[in-house]
Amino acid sequence: MTSNSYSSATEHAHEPQLRGLKRWLLTTNHKEIGTLYLIFSLTMFFIGGTMALVIRAELFQPGLQLVQPEFFNQMTTMHGLIMVFGAVMPAFVGLANWMVPLQIGAPDMALPRLNNFSFWLLPLAFSLLLSSLFMEGGGPNFGWTFYAPLSTTYAPPSTNFFILSIHLAGISSILGAINIIATILNMRTPAMKLMDMPLFVWTWLITAFLLLAVMPVLAGVVTMMLLDINFGTSFFNAAGGGDPVLFQHLFWFFGHPEVYIMILPAFGIASMIVPAFARKRLFGYRSMVYATASIAILSFVVWAHHMFTVGLPLAAQLFFMYATMLIAVPTGVKVFNWVATLFHGSISFEVPMLFTLAFIVQFTIGGLSGVMLAIVPADYQYHDTYFVVAHFHYVLVPGAVFAIIAGVYYWLPKWTGYYPDETLGRWHFWLSVIGVNLTFFPMHFSGLAGMPRRIPDYALQFADFNLLSSLGGFLFGLSQLLLVWVVVRCVRGGKPAPDNPWEGAEGLEWTVPSPAPLHTFSTPPEFIPERDSPSRA
Amino acid sequence: MTGAWLNRILHAVLWISVVFFSHPLLAKNLYGDSSLNLPVGVTHMSREVYSLHMIIFWICVVIAVVVFGVMFWSLVRYRKSKGARAAHFHENTWVELLWTAIPLIILVLMAIPATATLQKIYDTSEAEMDVMITGHQWRWHYEYLGQDVSFFSNLSTPPEQISGAEQKGENYLLEVDQPLVLPVDTKVRLLLTSNDVIHSWWVPQLAVKKDAIPGFVNENWTKIDEPGIYRGQCTELCGRLHGFMPITVKAVSKEEYQLWLSEQKQQAAEKAAGNEREWTLADLMTQGESVYNTYCAACHMVNGQGIPPAFPALAGSLVASTAEGRATHIERVLYGKSGTAMAAFGSTLSAADIAAVITYERNAFGNNTGDIIQPAEIKKQLKPTE
Repeated sequence: MTSNSYSSATEHAHEPQLRGLKRWLLTTNHKEIGTLYLIFSLTMFFIGGTMALVIRAELFQPGLQLVQPEFFNQMTTMHGLIMVFGAVMPAFVGLANWMVPLQIGAPDMALPRLNNFSFWLLPLAFSLLLSSLFMEGGGPNFGWTFYAPLSTTYAPPSTNFFILSIHLAGISSILGAINIIATILNMRTPAMKLMDMPLFVWTWLITAFLLLAVMPVLAGVVTMMLLDINFGTSFFNAAGGGDPVLFQHLFWFFGHPEVYIMILPAFGIASMIVPAFARKRLFGYRSMVYATASIAILSFVVWAHHMFTVGLPLAAQLFFMYATMLIAVPTGVKVFNWVATLFHGSISFEVPMLFTLAFIVQFTIGGLSGVMLAIVPADYQYHDTYFVVAHFHYVLVPGAVFAIIAGVYYWLPKWTGYYPDETLGRWHFWLSVIGVNLTFFPMHFSGLAGMPRRIPDYALQFADFNLLSSLGGFLFGLSQLLLVWVVVRCVRGGKPAPDNPWEGAEGLEWTVPSPAPLHTFSTPPEFIPERDSPSRA
Repeated sequence: MTGAWLNRILHAVLWISVVFFSHPLLAKNLYGDSSLNLPVGVTHMSREVYSLHMIIFWICVVIAVVVFGVMFWSLVRYRKSKGARAAHFHENTWVELLWTAIPLIILVLMAIPATATLQKIYDTSEAEMDVMITGHQWRWHYEYLGQDVSFFSNLSTPPEQISGAEQKGENYLLEVDQPLVLPVDTKVRLLLTSNDVIHSWWVPQLAVKKDAIPGFVNENWTKIDEPGIYRGQCTELCGRLHGFMPITVKAVSKEEYQLWLSEQKQQAAEKAAGNEREWTLADLMTQGESVYNTYCAACHMVNGQGIPPAFPALAGSLVASTAEGRATHIERVLYGKSGTAMAAFGSTLSAADIAAVITYERNAFGNNTGDIIQPAEIKKQLKPTE
């Protein structure tokens, strides 16, 4: 992405600059690895997106037209796995690689070789995962939540490869998290206290701890599957004295914090961009940090709200209902703080701001349907219907993905030295907003009307909403090609960007040249906390 | 200036919503017909769940209107292009405490009715009858406990409708060959389990959704107020035909239910008689074909070719087409094959049906073994515990 900007910076290099493939294979530079992560994530976004379009094309009208049920199940499964582990998570890691050292005044990540390793595990993991689609019996077809025993006794032979790829992706995440924690805790410029850190850094620090806590649980649960499938154990096999519900407890003990792993860094990005374009200090910095930490802690005690229909005892249902509802409080604080930052600001609407504002609105819609889902008796009617599909897509696509795109538009001038094209960016924004809402809003209705998720064909009363969702899906999917076009153009040239391309942006990343040279902050920079900054007094 | 402009927008929105929500067709859709909203349902619990749903829905709508209202008003009011200058405040302890406390209070208010309703849902005591519901890939099995009545309930939508060769019927994918018949005004305890993977039994009109899990028996209950036909679907991904295992509940008056029950007992007796007599090859083949197409063709396909490797072919297979395979063939159908998707049918199908389907499999798809399996042989094979 930034290849043409490095030539001027090579004199800083500690070793001779490698060229071509070797440079990318062996790089230990946080900016290059960040770029690799982002390119990987974008590739996976399009692969997973194509699968989503296969799903939407089949669901365009009732009846089985394009694909058979077994392939449909592989598409829903792979779409989920790829988007969660291949697109959203690596995108945030890519942004962290690029921006965390720049935001804290560090020369690089704390563990550069580890950084290289954790990236290159990912292409391996996902080639393995994707290759299982071409194996005898097909790829994973048991949903991205891979509930046992459908994913063990009844799974296709390729499941072993699925397990190995999850292991590899998990190791990559754990190593990445260790690296981010080590970087943030040890390599801040001396004047930067923890409570001075930009919120993107704060949210990532908390996210990294979540990753460390739950990825080993995921590794454990897939290992138990491996043993059940190949070595005759019965962890999840009722016939052998095992417990299929144990699988769900373990999976969601990982899975719920995982949900916040995919949204906390998005909160961080929004908390950078809103103040920049409202030209006003973030309202309630401290409460933002505390809210993020509260959400992270609560995320460990709400997992069974994914399991309200498995037959837990009443006391457990009540506990998990109350704990889940409680999450609305710190989440609400975040939204109120952003709105209060906008209040009495001096607001302009550049493309990063547009995506961030849409993020706030759409994430809040997803959050409110989340409150509805927390109410157990009502959840009996919503559970495993398209209402849930609408809910989690609202927090993930118009939520997390919009925040990622906002971050890309916000930091592109720093990466490439040029502004992204404003007109194309606006087209991209409006087409995305219309497409994404046309796709996911009708799903609330199809779910309430009774359409279960993960079905390749449906009763006639759901036809109208599915038609709308499919049209919206194609509109949203195709308009992402504009994003590629904008990024490619921005790498090639455009309106040159100064060090700080945004009038109201604050932070150390804007003190280095645009494009950022390969090596920055060889010596720790001066740092003035935002509270003492003259422009935000 | 801005005020007048906002006023106009607000008026327009108001008018559009009045027209939209009061239109009789839409109103019917919105509140009665359940194509846009949860059904109100036909039980006391479903109505309680519905009103809970509507309460939290409107609370969420009000919160959204307030938050987005302030947000969009700020976006319009404080535009830099209109000369807005940023203020310098960035925290306010009282405001922050307030917007932590208010949501907390709203949540407590939501939790109180939710807790009350949930307690009622969990009270399965004093049921007047019990139905055991067992999920199978991909059909439901209903057993009226203590009545000696049990049957499978299979999707009855013809494949031609699914492939598009025929016009789709009104209840496309929501119709079964034999519905679960329940009496009205009777508290029915539903016991749920599964024979293979996890399924979930959901009928929106009853507001009952519970997972059917192998090795567990889950409980739920319903008491239907109005006679009628209520349709639902499996809601837990259970493999290939997850989308094709609907639920149909037929609620009838108590008298009609008793009549139906005695008919079922009579049919069961006739079926049992079939287990005792000798069958001809032609009879076995006819009966076997119908059993095969209902219970076996989903995996092994109508032409016996299967979908290897998960679902092996029967045509020309060692087990189904050779003399050495005969004993294994019977064993597999009765007890299943552990570690695979092959289910055990020994306890769910009658001896005559099993004899017929094995005979059919050994003589169809080019497996011309000429074997005849009689119900007596199956009964001998079944272990005494079955």
